[in-house]
Amino acid sequence: MTDLHLWLIPLVPVAGFLVNGLFGRRFPKALVTAVAIVAAAVPMLQVASIVYRFSSLTRPFIESHGTWIAAGAFHASFAFQLDQLSMVMLCVVTGVGFLIHVYSIGYMGEEEGYWRFFAYMNLFLFFMLTLVLSANFLLMFVGWEGVGLASYLLIGFYYTRDSASNAGKKAFLYNRVGDVGFLLAMFLLIAHFGTLNFSDVFGAIGSNPAMHGGILTAIGLLLLLGAVGKSAQIPLYVWLPDAMEGPTPVSALIHAATMVTAGVYMIARAHIIYDRSAIALLTVASIGTATALLAATMGMMQNDIKRVLAYSTVSQLGYMFLGCGVAAYSAGVFHLVTHAFFKALLFLAAGSVIHTLGGEQDMRAMGGLRTKIPVTFWTMTAAVFAISGFPPLCGFVSKDEILYQAFVHSEAGKVFWAVGLLTAGLTSFYMFRLWYMTFFGESRAVAYEEAAVHARHDTKLTLEAEHAHHVHESPKSMLVPMTILAILCVIAGGLGWPEGLGGTNWFSHFLAPAVSGAHLQYEPVRVALATGGIGASATNQAPAPANNLEIILAIVSTLVALSGWCAAHLMYYKRRDLPARLTARFHAIYSLVFNKYWVDEIYGALVVAPVLFIARWVLAALVDRGVIDGGGLLAGCTAQGFGSLAARIQSGNIRSYAGWLAAFAALLLVAVYFGWTTHFGIR
Amino acid sequence: MVPISWYLILSAILFSIGVAAFLIKRNIITVFMSIELMLNAVNLTFVAFAQQWHVISGQIFVFFVMVVAAAESAVGLAIIIAVFRARSTLNVDQVDVMKL
Amino acid sequence: MHLALFLVFGGLCVAGALNLLLQSHPINSSLSLVVVMSSLAVLYLLLGAEFLAAAQVIVYAGAIMVLFTFVIMLLNAGREERTRGSKMAYAIGFPGAAVLLCLLAYIFISHSGDFARVHVGEYVVSTAALSGVLFRDLLLPFEVTSILILIAILGAVALARKEH
Repeated sequence: MTDLHLWLIPLVPVAGFLVNGLFGRRFPKALVTAVAIVAAAVPMLQVASIVYRFSSLTRPFIESHGTWIAAGAFHASFAFQLDQLSMVMLCVVTGVGFLIHVYSIGYMGEEEGYWRFFAYMNLFLFFMLTLVLSANFLLMFVGWEGVGLASYLLIGFYYTRDSASNAGKKAFLYNRVGDVGFLLAMFLLIAHFGTLNFSDVFGAIGSNPAMHGGILTAIGLLLLLGAVGKSAQIPLYVWLPDAMEGPTPVSALIHAATMVTAGVYMIARAHIIYDRSAIALLTVASIGTATALLAATMGMMQNDIKRVLAYSTVSQLGYMFLGCGVAAYSAGVFHLVTHAFFKALLFLAAGSVIHTLGGEQDMRAMGGLRTKIPVTFWTMTAAVFAISGFPPLCGFVSKDEILYQAFVHSEAGKVFWAVGLLTAGLTSFYMFRLWYMTFFGESRAVAYEEAAVHARHDTKLTLEAEHAHHVHESPKSMLVPMTILAILCVIAGGLGWPEGLGGTNWFSHFLAPAVSGAHLQYEPVRVALATGGIGASATNQAPAPANNLEIILAIVSTLVALSGWCAAHLMYYKRRDLPARLTARFHAIYSLVFNKYWVDEIYGALVVAPVLFIARWVLAALVDRGVIDGGGLLAGCTAQGFGSLAARIQSGNIRSYAGWLAAFAALLLVAVYFGWTTHFGIR
Repeated sequence: MVPISWYLILSAILFSIGVAAFLIKRNIITVFMSIELMLNAVNLTFVAFAQQWHVISGQIFVFFVMVVAAAESAVGLAIIIAVFRARSTLNVDQVDVMKL
Repeated sequence: MHLALFLVFGGLCVAGALNLLLQSHPINSSLSLVVVMSSLAVLYLLLGAEFLAAAQVIVYAGAIMVLFTFVIMLLNAGREERTRGSKMAYAIGFPGAAVLLCLLAYIFISHSGDFARVHVGEYVVSTAALSGVLFRDLLLPFEVTSILILIAILGAVALARKEH
C-alpha cells in the first residue's frame, strides 16, 4: 500500500467541473446529474478506502508531483500530504459534500442553470480538496483562493439579481482582505525559513525549542488575518450573512461545513507556530469568543431563516477559534466536524422548508408545519438539539469540550468560558426560536402575505401559484441526505466523548500526532504507512482532567441550554405577544441589534466611501485621465508640434533648400574634421 | 615656388563664392553657373593633390568630372528650358510648386 | 615667375567669381565665368596637367559656357528682379558658407607643412600617360562615360523639344 494516489482525489471533481462546465448546457439533466454525482462520489469512496485500510501513522505521508517553482534557494512543488488532520478534513469534505450533491438534485431540479450549479460545486470540491491535501502553504493558498472563487460564483448563482451578484463580490473582497494576511505570512515564512513546505517549516520550528514569539507571533497573527477573512470572524464576518443570497445547498456546503472551516483547519495545521506564541493564541481565542457572542446576539433578532443560520455559523466558528486559541486543537477540530453535521443539516432542512413553501424564507410567514412535513421536522429537531448542546448529541460533546479546555487553560480562559457559556445560552434560545416559529403554531403564511403585499425579495425559486399551493414533503433525494446527517448528529458524539465523563475520547487520541506538542519529529516519509496499533504515545495538550470539574461544567452547560429552550418556549409558544412587547420596551437596544450594530454601514462610511472617492476622483479623473491620458496626449502634441516645425523646412524654395544644405554640409565637415565620427581622423 | 596649400586655399575661396552665388542669385541660369563654379573649384583641388602626391589618378578624376559636368549641364539647361516654357519665368523664387 | 603667374591668374579667378556674384544680368555672369575657366586652365598648366588644361578650355569654356550663353539668349533672360525669397538662405546659408571657407582655410593653413612646393615642370603628366591609364586600366568607366553622354544628349533633346 505504498501509493495512495492522493492526486486522484481532487482530480475527479475537476474533471467533473470541466465536463459539466464545457458541455453541460447541451446535456440532458440526467447526464449532468450523473457526471456531478460520480465526481463527488469517487473522492468519497477513495477517502473511505484510505480510512478503511488505515492502521496508524506517526509521520505524515507526502506525495510529490514535480516542482512548481524553483527560484534560487526557494523550491515549491505540487505535493499532497496525508496525516490524521487531513484525513478528518477529507472525510468531512467528501462525505458532507457528497450528501449535499445528492440533496441538490432535488432542490435545484427546476433551475435553469442546473448544469452550471453542479459544475461550480465540483469546482469547489476540487479546490477544497486541494486546500486540505496540500503539503505546503503555496498549494494551500491555491486551494484557499479557489474556494473563494467558487464561493463567489455560487453566491452569485442567480446573477440576474443585483443583490446576489453584490453579495458574491462582497464575499470575494472580504476574503481578499484576509488573504493579504496570508500572503504576508507566506512572505515572512520564505524570508525566515526559506521554504513553504509544512514539514520543513514545522520541523525547523520543532527542532529549535528556544524559538518563541517574535517572528512566530507575526506569522501567527498574519495567518490569523487570513483565517478571519475566510472563516468570517470579527472584523471580516459581514460577508457571510449576505452570502445567503446563494442557493441553500451552497450555504450548507460552503458556508457551513467546508469553506468557512478552512481558517480553523489552517490554524490547526500551523499549530506549532501558535504553540510558541502566547500573544497569537490569545488573539485567536479573543477574536473567537467575541465573534461568538456578537453573532449570537445578532442571530436572535433576524427574521429570515437563513440569516439566523448564517449568524449561527459565525458564532459557532467563533467557538472553533476559541478551541484553537486555548491550544485545544483537537477540540476545535472536533467541533468543526460536528458543526459540519448539524449546521449542514440545519441548512438542508431550512432549504426543505423553503422548497416546500415555494420560496418563502421569512419565519414570520411560517408556522404550523410540524404535522405537514414530518421528516423535515424530525431531522431539524435533531439538529436544533445538537447545536443547542443537549447531551448526548454531538454538539454537546464538542462545545462542552471546548468550554472545559478554555476553563482549565488559564485565568483568561475562565473569562472565555463564561462568555462562551452565555453564548451557548443565546444559541439555544435563538435556535429554539427558529424551531418554534417555523414548525409550531398556526400557519401564518396567509396572514403575513396579506400584511406584506410587496414581492418577497429573497425568493429564488420560480414561484408556483401561491394561493393554490399546498404544502407537501420534499422529494426523497432531499430527505435521505438529511436523515443521514441527523443520524450522524446523534451518534457522532460518541467519537469524542471526553474521558472526564467516562469516555475514551477516541477522536482526540486519533488526532493527537498531528496537533500535539509532542509531534516534534516532523519528517516526511514516502513509504508505507506505519503498521501497528493506533499511535497513542502522544497525549493531548491539556493536563489530566479532574473528573469532578468536568462533570460539573457539563451539567452547568446543559442547564444553560435548557434555560435557553425555556425562554424560547415562553416567548414563541406560550405567550406569542411577549416578543412584540419586549421590542417595544427596549426599542433602542432592539433597533441596534436588529440592524446588526450598523457594522455594514460603518464599514461603508469608513472604508468603502473613501476608496470609492479615491478611485473615482483621484485615480480615474486625476491619474488616469490627467496623467496617463495627458501624457499620451502630450507626447502626441509634442510630436505634432515638432513635426509642424520641421515641415516648415519644406518651403518649396530652392534657395532655402540650398541654405540648409550649405549649413549642414559645414556642420558635417566640422564634425568629421574634429573627430566626432569614429571612421575619419584627419588629425 | 608656390606652396600647394595656396592652390588649395584658392579653390576653397572659389568654392565658397560658388556657394554664396547659389544662395544669392535669383536667376535659375545663374544658379546653375554657380554650380559649375563649384565643380571647377573641386577640379583645381584634385589637380593640386595630383601634383602633391605625384599620382595620375587625380587628373583622371578631373577628366571624369569634366565629362559628367558636361552631360549634366546639357540636361540641366534642357530642363530649364522646359521649366521656362511651363512657368514663363526664370525666377527661382517663383518655381516653388513642390512644397508642403 | 611661377609665383607671379599664380598670383595673376589666381586673382583673375577670384575676380571673375566675384563678378559672377555681383552682376545682375546673367550674360555678364556667364562671361565672367568664362574668364574663371580660362584662368583655371592656366593654373592647371602650372600644376603639370597639360591635357586637362586643354580640355578645360575646349570643353568647359568652349562648349559648356557657350551652351549657357546660347540658352540665356534663347530665353531672353533679363536683369534679375529683386524678389522676396527665403530668409533661411541668408540666415543659415551664409554662416554655413563662411564656416566652410574658414574651416577649409584653417585645415590647409595648419597643415601647410605637410604639403610640398610646386616645382613647375617637375611632374608633368603627358597626354600619352593619361590616355594610357584611361584606355587600359579604366577602359570600362571610359566607355560607360560615353554612354552617359549619349543619354544626356537624348535627354536634353527630349526635354527641350517644343510640345506639339
